[in-house]
Amino acid sequence: MNTRNGWRVWLASLGVLALLVGLWQLVAQYELVSPVFFPAPMRSFESLWDQMRGAEFWMAFQQTLMRMALGFVTASLAGVLLGALIGLSPGARAYIEPTLELIRPLPASAMIPVFVLLLGLNDRMIIAAIAFSSLWPVLLNTVHGFKTVESRLMEVANILHLSRLEMIWKIALPSAMPDIFAGLRLALTVSLILAVVAEMLAGVAGLGQNITLAARSFRSADLYAGIVVLGAVGYATNLILERVENHLLRWRGA
Amino acid sequence: MNRVLKGLLLPLLVLAGWELCARSGVLKAESLSFPTAILAAAVKVVQDGSLFKAALETFSGAMVGLAVGASVGIVAGVAFGLSRRLSQLMRVTTESLRPIPSVALIPLALLIYGYGVQMESSVVAFSCFWPLLIITESAVRGIEPRLIEVARLLNFNLFQRITKIVLPAALPRIFVGLRLAAAVSLVVAVTVEITANPMGLGYALIVAQESMRPDKVFAFIGWIGLIGWMFNASLLWAQRQWFGRMGNWAETST
Repeated sequence: MNTRNGWRVWLASLGVLALLVGLWQLVAQYELVSPVFFPAPMRSFESLWDQMRGAEFWMAFQQTLMRMALGFVTASLAGVLLGALIGLSPGARAYIEPTLELIRPLPASAMIPVFVLLLGLNDRMIIAAIAFSSLWPVLLNTVHGFKTVESRLMEVANILHLSRLEMIWKIALPSAMPDIFAGLRLALTVSLILAVVAEMLAGVAGLGQNITLAARSFRSADLYAGIVVLGAVGYATNLILERVENHLLRWRGA
Repeated sequence: MNRVLKGLLLPLLVLAGWELCARSGVLKAESLSFPTAILAAAVKVVQDGSLFKAALETFSGAMVGLAVGASVGIVAGVAFGLSRRLSQLMRVTTESLRPIPSVALIPLALLIYGYGVQMESSVVAFSCFWPLLIITESAVRGIEPRLIEVARLLNFNLFQRITKIVLPAALPRIFVGLRLAAAVSLVVAVTVEITANPMGLGYALIVAQESMRPDKVFAFIGWIGLIGWMFNASLLWAQRQWFGRMGNWAETST
């Protein structure tokens, strides 16, 4: 009963979106607003369809996702590893945590110019900037996760005579997992943003550059199509991470 | 005192190591500069006034965007919070707009507004809208039901109910949302300036990078971090002053 009702509500809400898009189509058809800024949605969908049939689009798509993935995975591995080391040692925390707190509020994109000076305008710069910026949310959340492991669990580990490695693998890591995933979700958002910004700056082929080029030559339908694609990438990558999280944390129960 | 010393040790060691490596030629000083030069550049941008001019520009872009995005977010959040049906009907629409990375809108904003404050603040407004929508909606929904009953007993109309019961009760959590959005607004403003808009701190960074002045790049990054940190700290202080224990409660429940 309840799920059936849920479906009905979802369908109704999809209908609202369709209605809004339809309204937009009407507004655009009667040219109530300039088509330079607000092309009819049908034209944007056509453009999306056209782009998706060309190889160029998929090249750009693949390159952007590749950069995101490389940067994100590097940052995740390094962040979890360093975070575990720092989080598990109160001694190290006293020295390192204040510095981490200083770096936390820095805008991720502010470091791009440093990487441009170091590496130049190329692929390596983009991946390095993504990895560097997405490292911090993972690292900070992992430190927090390992720091706040329930002390009674640690006592259990002592009583069971677990070795240090076993204690980390069997007790500390699972209990830090929710925090780690919160960090990973932030890092994923950061990596998409950084990929787009860095591509725009460096003028390297990719989804970010696609929309800049479309805007520069006033191809507004292509621009909207590009924005939709980036939204879809954000949605899909988040969904995948959520699935992984649900799978890994299924022991927590509903 | 001991804690402060321990916290300072790592940054000081890094700075000293950096200085030594750069001066002895192990590190490329032309792309990384060194701490004393950066400090000199940081002082110089204060003396010649360029920091204040840039910071003011970034602030105006961020605050205009925050004001617009937050007000729209609060209004929508109150409406969604009061009417579950409205919130459900709009779900697919909001869920499909939310994953769009704000930076993807930069070319569109540029196409519509050209360079300037308007373009920057429109992107900032989009990114500040979401946290306030979500937090306000959940704050309004979480209002003590007895308060709503009181409003009904007093025969309040919708406007009175919102201004006299709903907003005051939800205010502490809305302020927490505002604080989070304020931090976001600065980050997004700087990002827009780095990517496209020729004004403010972000553009100063890009100019420094393009003229191959790493000392200035790092000086501006330092100032951006410090300004962001001070801004957050003062908002946190205001929250404690104005809301006291209510603020702490709102913080943990958000």
